[in-house]
Amino acid sequence: MAIGLEHYLILSAVLFSIGLYGALAKRNAIVILMSIELMLNAVNIAMVAFSRYIVPLLLTGQVFVIFIMVVAAAEAAVGLAIIISIYRYRETIDATKIDLMKW
Amino acid sequence: MGLEIAFWALAVVGIIAALAVVLLGDVFRAALSLVLCFLTVAGIYITLSADFLAAVQVLIYVGAISVLIILAIMLTREVQRGSPANRLQIPAFIVALLFLGGVAFAVLNTPWQVSEVTPLEPTTPALAGLLFGEGGFILPVEIAPLLLLAAILGAIVLVREK
Repeated sequence: MAIGLEHYLILSAVLFSIGLYGALAKRNAIVILMSIELMLNAVNIAMVAFSRYIVPLLLTGQVFVIFIMVVAAAEAAVGLAIIISIYRYRETIDATKIDLMKW
Repeated sequence: MGLEIAFWALAVVGIIAALAVVLLGDVFRAALSLVLCFLTVAGIYITLSADFLAAVQVLIYVGAISVLIILAIMLTREVQRGSPANRLQIPAFIVALLFLGGVAFAVLNTPWQVSEVTPLEPTTPALAGLLFGEGGFILPVEIAPLLLLAAILGAIVLVREK
Protein backbone atom coordinates (compact mmCIF):
# COMPACT_ATOMS: atom_id res chain seq x y z
CA MET A 1 0.00 0.00 0.00
CA ALA A 2 1.48 3.31 -1.09
CA ILE A 3 2.07 6.00 1.50
CA GLY A 4 -0.62 8.68 1.23
CA LEU A 5 -1.95 11.74 2.99
CA GLU A 6 -3.87 9.64 5.54
CA HIS A 7 -0.70 7.95 6.83
CA TYR A 8 0.90 11.28 7.63
CA LEU A 9 -2.28 12.65 9.22
CA ILE A 10 -2.65 9.56 11.44
CA LEU A 11 1.02 9.81 12.46
CA SER A 12 0.46 13.47 13.28
CA ALA A 13 -2.66 12.61 15.32
CA VAL A 14 -0.78 9.91 17.28
CA LEU A 15 2.07 12.29 18.13
CA PHE A 16 -0.43 15.01 19.11
CA SER A 17 -2.33 12.61 21.39
CA ILE A 18 0.90 11.54 23.13
CA GLY A 19 1.77 15.20 23.65
CA LEU A 20 -1.75 15.94 24.91
CA TYR A 21 -1.51 13.12 27.46
CA GLY A 22 1.90 14.39 28.63
CA ALA A 23 0.71 17.99 28.92
CA LEU A 24 -2.34 16.99 30.98
CA ALA A 25 -0.91 14.23 33.18
CA LYS A 26 2.61 15.35 34.16
CA ARG A 27 3.71 17.21 37.28
CA ASN A 28 7.13 18.43 36.14
CA ALA A 29 6.69 21.79 34.37
CA ILE A 30 9.61 21.11 32.00
CA VAL A 31 8.04 17.81 30.89
CA ILE A 32 4.79 19.69 30.26
CA LEU A 33 6.69 22.15 28.06
CA MET A 34 8.35 19.25 26.23
CA SER A 35 4.93 17.73 25.57
CA ILE A 36 3.75 21.05 24.14
CA GLU A 37 6.73 21.06 21.75
CA LEU A 38 5.72 17.53 20.73
CA MET A 39 2.19 18.73 19.94
CA LEU A 40 3.54 21.65 17.86
CA ASN A 41 5.69 19.22 15.88
CA ALA A 42 2.68 17.00 15.23
CA VAL A 43 0.76 19.99 13.87
CA ASN A 44 3.73 20.85 11.65
CA ILE A 45 3.71 17.33 10.15
CA ALA A 46 0.02 17.73 9.32
CA MET A 47 0.67 21.16 7.72
CA VAL A 48 3.50 19.88 5.52
CA ALA A 49 1.48 16.79 4.55
CA PHE A 50 -1.48 18.95 3.44
CA SER A 51 0.90 21.21 1.53
CA ARG A 52 2.55 18.21 -0.18
CA TYR A 53 -0.60 16.31 -1.14
CA ILE A 54 -3.37 18.90 -1.66
CA VAL A 55 -1.54 21.92 -3.17
CA PRO A 56 1.97 20.69 -4.10
CA LEU A 57 2.94 23.84 -6.01
CA LEU A 58 1.74 26.56 -3.59
CA LEU A 59 3.85 25.68 -0.47
CA THR A 60 1.49 27.66 1.79
CA GLY A 61 1.59 24.96 4.45
CA GLN A 62 5.37 25.13 4.58
CA VAL A 63 5.26 28.91 5.10
CA PHE A 64 2.83 28.36 7.99
CA VAL A 65 5.26 25.81 9.46
CA ILE A 66 8.04 28.42 9.42
CA PHE A 67 5.88 30.85 11.40
CA ILE A 68 4.82 28.10 13.83
CA MET A 69 8.51 27.39 14.42
CA VAL A 70 9.17 31.08 15.17
CA VAL A 71 6.33 31.16 17.69
CA ALA A 72 7.44 27.81 19.21
CA ALA A 73 10.98 29.11 19.70
CA ALA A 74 9.70 32.27 21.41
CA GLU A 75 7.33 30.19 23.55
CA ALA A 76 10.11 27.79 24.62
CA ALA A 77 12.43 30.67 25.58
CA VAL A 78 9.82 32.54 27.64
CA GLY A 79 8.37 29.35 29.15
CA LEU A 80 11.72 28.03 30.34
CA ALA A 81 12.63 31.50 31.69
CA ILE A 82 9.38 31.51 33.72
CA ILE A 83 10.12 27.98 35.01
CA ILE A 84 13.65 28.94 36.10
CA SER A 85 12.33 32.10 37.75
CA ILE A 86 9.68 30.09 39.64
CA TYR A 87 12.31 27.56 40.70
CA ARG A 88 14.43 30.37 42.17
CA TYR A 89 11.60 31.65 44.37
CA ARG A 90 9.86 28.41 45.33
CA GLU A 91 12.51 25.67 44.94
CA THR A 92 10.05 23.49 43.01
CA ILE A 93 8.69 23.15 39.49
CA ASP A 94 5.94 20.72 40.43
CA ALA A 95 2.94 22.10 38.53
CA THR A 96 0.52 20.87 41.22
CA LYS A 97 2.33 22.88 43.91
CA ILE A 98 2.50 26.13 41.93
CA ASP A 99 -1.04 27.15 42.87
CA LEU A 100 -0.61 30.73 44.06
CA MET A 101 -3.30 31.98 41.65
CA LYS A 102 -5.67 29.11 42.38
CA TRP A 103 -8.94 30.33 43.85
CA MET B 1 9.39 1.43 -2.23
CA GLY B 2 12.22 3.28 -0.53
CA LEU B 3 9.79 5.98 0.53
CA GLU B 4 7.53 3.43 2.26
CA ILE B 5 10.41 1.86 4.19
CA ALA B 6 11.67 5.33 5.21
CA PHE B 7 8.19 6.44 6.30
CA TRP B 8 7.46 3.34 8.40
CA ALA B 9 10.90 3.32 10.03
CA LEU B 10 10.69 7.04 10.87
CA ALA B 11 7.10 6.78 12.08
CA VAL B 12 7.82 3.82 14.40
CA VAL B 13 10.98 5.38 15.84
CA GLY B 14 9.25 8.75 16.24
CA ILE B 15 6.24 7.32 18.06
CA ILE B 16 8.44 5.21 20.37
CA ALA B 17 10.57 8.28 21.14
CA ALA B 18 7.44 10.37 21.81
CA LEU B 19 6.10 7.67 24.16
CA ALA B 20 9.45 7.65 25.93
CA VAL B 21 9.15 11.43 26.47
CA VAL B 22 5.92 11.07 28.45
CA LEU B 23 6.59 7.66 30.08
CA LEU B 24 10.24 7.76 31.18
CA GLY B 25 10.78 8.68 34.82
CA ASP B 26 14.16 10.31 34.24
CA VAL B 27 13.64 13.87 32.94
CA PHE B 28 17.04 14.01 31.27
CA ARG B 29 16.43 10.79 29.30
CA ALA B 30 13.00 12.14 28.35
CA ALA B 31 14.71 15.24 26.92
CA LEU B 32 17.15 13.07 24.94
CA SER B 33 14.31 11.03 23.45
CA LEU B 34 12.57 14.32 22.60
CA VAL B 35 15.68 15.19 20.53
CA LEU B 36 15.37 11.80 18.77
CA CYS B 37 11.72 12.54 18.06
CA PHE B 38 12.64 15.95 16.56
CA LEU B 39 15.20 14.21 14.31
CA THR B 40 12.64 11.71 13.03
CA VAL B 41 10.26 14.60 12.33
CA ALA B 42 13.04 16.13 10.18
CA GLY B 43 13.23 12.81 8.32
CA ILE B 44 9.45 12.86 7.83
CA TYR B 45 9.80 16.33 6.26
CA ILE B 46 12.34 14.88 3.81
CA THR B 47 9.92 12.11 2.80
CA LEU B 48 7.37 14.91 2.20
CA SER B 49 9.95 16.62 -0.10
CA ALA B 50 10.22 19.64 2.22
CA ASP B 51 14.03 19.87 2.21
CA PHE B 52 14.35 23.43 3.56
CA LEU B 53 12.03 22.67 6.48
CA ALA B 54 14.05 19.55 7.35
CA ALA B 55 17.21 21.67 7.60
CA VAL B 56 15.38 24.31 9.67
CA GLN B 57 13.96 21.59 11.93
CA VAL B 58 17.44 20.24 12.64
CA LEU B 59 18.84 23.75 13.23
CA ILE B 60 16.07 25.12 15.47
CA TYR B 61 14.63 22.10 17.29
CA VAL B 62 17.54 19.65 17.45
CA GLY B 63 20.08 22.45 17.81
CA ALA B 64 18.55 25.27 19.81
CA ILE B 65 15.36 24.25 21.63
CA SER B 66 16.77 20.93 22.89
CA VAL B 67 19.83 22.72 24.30
CA LEU B 68 17.49 25.20 25.98
CA ILE B 69 15.42 22.39 27.53
CA ILE B 70 18.49 20.45 28.73
CA LEU B 71 19.91 23.67 30.22
CA ALA B 72 16.64 24.27 32.09
CA ILE B 73 16.70 20.67 33.41
CA MET B 74 20.27 21.20 34.63
CA LEU B 75 19.38 24.51 36.31
CA THR B 76 16.36 23.17 38.20
CA ARG B 77 17.67 20.09 40.03
CA GLU B 78 14.33 18.33 39.62
CA VAL B 79 16.09 15.37 37.96
CA GLN B 80 16.24 13.38 41.18
CA ARG B 81 12.51 13.68 41.71
CA GLY B 82 11.79 12.47 38.16
CA SER B 83 8.58 13.23 36.32
CA PRO B 84 5.69 11.61 38.20
CA ALA B 85 2.13 11.79 36.91
CA ASN B 86 -0.51 13.83 38.73
CA ARG B 87 -3.89 12.50 39.79
CA LEU B 88 -5.40 13.33 36.39
CA GLN B 89 -3.46 10.49 34.75
CA ILE B 90 -6.41 8.26 33.83
CA PRO B 91 -8.74 11.09 32.66
CA ALA B 92 -5.86 12.51 30.60
CA PHE B 93 -5.29 9.10 29.01
CA ILE B 94 -8.98 8.82 28.17
CA VAL B 95 -9.07 12.34 26.72
CA ALA B 96 -6.01 11.65 24.55
CA LEU B 97 -7.49 8.35 23.35
CA LEU B 98 -10.84 10.00 22.54
CA PHE B 99 -9.04 12.76 20.65
CA LEU B 100 -7.03 10.21 18.66
CA GLY B 101 -10.17 8.25 17.84
CA GLY B 102 -12.06 11.34 16.73
CA VAL B 103 -9.25 12.62 14.51
CA ALA B 104 -8.62 9.17 13.00
CA PHE B 105 -12.33 8.80 12.23
CA ALA B 106 -12.42 12.26 10.59
CA VAL B 107 -9.24 11.63 8.56
CA LEU B 108 -10.31 8.21 7.29
CA ASN B 109 -13.83 9.34 6.34
CA THR B 110 -12.96 12.55 4.49
CA PRO B 111 -12.67 12.33 0.68
CA TRP B 112 -9.37 14.20 0.27
CA GLN B 113 -8.80 15.83 -3.13
CA VAL B 114 -5.22 14.63 -3.51
CA SER B 115 -3.38 16.37 -6.35
CA GLU B 116 -1.26 14.18 -8.63
CA VAL B 117 1.26 16.93 -9.47
CA THR B 118 4.82 16.10 -8.46
CA PRO B 119 5.92 18.52 -5.73
CA LEU B 120 8.52 21.24 -6.14
CA GLU B 121 12.11 20.32 -5.41
CA PRO B 122 14.19 22.13 -4.19
CA THR B 123 11.71 24.24 -2.25
CA THR B 124 14.07 26.95 -0.99
CA PRO B 125 13.78 29.44 -3.92
CA ALA B 126 9.98 29.06 -4.01
CA LEU B 127 9.76 29.60 -0.23
CA ALA B 128 11.97 32.69 -0.48
CA GLY B 129 9.71 34.07 -3.21
CA LEU B 130 6.64 33.43 -1.06
CA LEU B 131 8.15 34.97 2.07
CA PHE B 132 9.76 38.06 0.56
CA GLY B 133 8.18 38.51 -2.86
CA GLU B 134 5.22 40.57 -4.10
CA GLY B 135 1.87 39.44 -2.75
CA GLY B 136 3.54 37.03 -0.35
CA PHE B 137 3.86 36.86 3.40
CA ILE B 138 6.04 39.95 3.91
CA LEU B 139 3.90 41.43 6.73
CA PRO B 140 4.12 38.29 8.96
CA VAL B 141 7.85 38.16 8.17
CA GLU B 142 8.13 41.72 9.50
CA ILE B 143 6.07 40.92 12.60
CA ALA B 144 7.99 37.71 13.50
CA PRO B 145 11.21 39.57 14.50
CA LEU B 146 9.13 41.82 16.80
CA LEU B 147 7.78 38.69 18.51
CA LEU B 148 11.28 37.25 18.82
CA LEU B 149 12.62 40.53 20.22
CA ALA B 150 9.82 40.65 22.80
CA ALA B 151 10.52 37.02 23.73
CA ILE B 152 14.26 37.64 24.12
CA LEU B 153 13.67 40.73 26.29
CA GLY B 154 11.07 38.87 28.36
CA ALA B 155 13.39 35.91 28.92
CA ILE B 156 16.26 38.21 29.97
CA VAL B 157 14.07 40.17 32.39
CA LEU B 158 12.61 36.99 33.91
CA VAL B 159 15.87 35.17 34.64
CA ARG B 160 18.04 38.19 35.59
CA GLU B 161 19.37 38.20 39.15
CA LYS B 162 17.65 40.95 41.10
